[in-house]
Order: sequence, then C-alpha cells, then structure tokens
Amino acid sequence: MKSAVILLPGLNRDRDMIAAITKISGHAPVTVWQTDTEIPDVDLVVIPGGFSFGDYLRCGAIAARMPVMDAIRRKAEAGVRVMGVCNGFQILLEAGLLPGALMRNASLNFVCKEVKLEVVSAQTAFTSAYTDGQVIRCPVAHHDGNYFADTDTLQRLNGNGQVVFRYAEGTNPNGSVEDIAGIVNEAGNVLGMMPHPENLIEPAHGGTDGRGVFESALDLIGKAAA
Amino acid sequence: MIKARVIVTLKNGVLDPQGKAIEGALHALDFSGVGKVRQGKVFDVELETDDRSRAEADLKAMCEKLLANTVIEDFSVEID
Repeated sequence: MKSAVILLPGLNRDRDMIAAITKISGHAPVTVWQTDTEIPDVDLVVIPGGFSFGDYLRCGAIAARMPVMDAIRRKAEAGVRVMGVCNGFQILLEAGLLPGALMRNASLNFVCKEVKLEVVSAQTAFTSAYTDGQVIRCPVAHHDGNYFADTDTLQRLNGNGQVVFRYAEGTNPNGSVEDIAGIVNEAGNVLGMMPHPENLIEPAHGGTDGRGVFESALDLIGKAAA
Repeated sequence: MIKARVIVTLKNGVLDPQGKAIEGALHALDFSGVGKVRQGKVFDVELETDDRSRAEADLKAMCEKLLANTVIEDFSVEID
C-alpha cells in the first residue's frame, strides 16, 4: 500500500513518522506540503505530530485551514485511510473530520512519558493487528491532549464503537474525558490519536507495541515486511 | 474603518484548567473574596468598511470559521 505524509511548518515528528512507515512497510511515503492542493494516489494519508504554526490561536487551528486540508478531506470522503497523531489529531478535530476538541492538559504541564493504552476496538482499519481489550505501551508527548466532547457526542462515539484507544491502568496523562486517547470517524477510515505509535516500533525504542497501528493501516498483517 | 473587539470564552461546563490555576494564584496573592475565574481570548480587528451590518456578519463568520472553536468556545462581537 502507498502512503503520504503531510508536512506543515512547525511539525517535528514528521521524520519519525516517515522512518516508521518506511521500516515497517519497506516503502517510503511520499511527502505533501501544506500548500499542495492534490495528494497523489495513496491508500493512507498521515498527519504527524509537532507544533504546526507554533500552536498559535489553538493547536492545529491554522493548519486545519491550509490548502492541503481540502485535499485530505476529499481523500477521507473517498474512503482513503487518514491518520493524525498528536498535532495531527488536533488538526483533524479543528478541520471537523473528527468530533470533539483537545484542550490544555488538566495538570497544565507538558507530559512526555510512556502510558498504557487499551485497544477498545480491534475492529477498525487501524487496530486489526491487536485484540479487543489488549493493553499496549505507547509514548505520549503533548501539552494539549485533554480530549473533550459533549455528552451527546460521547454517547454517539461509544454507541458506534468509535472510541479506539483509552488510557489504561490509571495512566491518563491529561485529564481526557472517559480516558479517551484515540477515536475514529463514523465511517471508520479516519483515526486521530494523541500517543505516538511511531516511536515504539523497533527494539532500539524499547519495544514494538506501536507497530500494530501501521501493520493494520497498511494491510501488512501476516505479511513479512518487504 | 470599523474597529471591533471579539471575545472568545470557554463554554459553561467546559473544564478550564488555566482559569483554575489563575484563580489559585490570585488566592496565593492574598486577594480575598475571589470566586471562580475563567480565562479567554480577545481579538481587536480592524475592518476596511463603514457598513456595520456587513462587518457584524463578517466577524460572526470569522468566529465560526477560525477565531473560536465552537465545540468548546462561545464568542461575542463588539463594534465601536
């Protein structure tokens, strides 16, 4: 499967994301700049983490209004898999491709550590490498990861099985409502998550728990990496 | 030219950790009788028009499209 990584000024996890996709799939993703209005024919579009536009106004707010966002929206509507990690998640929320908002961490501190994630649903395009209820390790690094949505939205997310990851075993690092760490859209082809699976994909990282997200999203389950 | 002020605040019921921290700091400074503190943002915007109703409509659209995240924030517009 072919993939694209979106580049915006102020992102700093783009190289980690490109390295992870390349190592796991054997194919380097194409990169797409924020002013590009077309994304090549790919099966997965990834918005990596960082601090696009210096987090000015609100995290992800400016990035979500850049020209490339219309191209991402068209891909999502066409059923292409779209994944946003950390700032990428914030951007997808600001763009309205996912419901809810990410607010300042309840502690007001930037948190950079490892958490436990429960895979709430392994029935998504991004988690099929895992099993329902499996708890995995994953690093987080953010200042604004406190997920908020109103009661109706939460009910809908839970009812539709759109909550994909929750912080497990008391490791919620940011005060996120219902310990939500990652969600998908109703169609199931757009994922947003605060933790960084791309930073736990090889023994040198101290573990490989994050690989499953990429193996799922890139349809690599059961296939040897090229 | 019209000068306008846009005020963006968190909706009621949305947790405001920054407001809470400011409230704690005011208590630490010994200001007595400080109740709940909520923080927000102010934007001063200049518009090249004299048409107040158009300015108002434009500012509302700016709030909905960019200045406020209406999932968590309310906004109000004041025109000079």
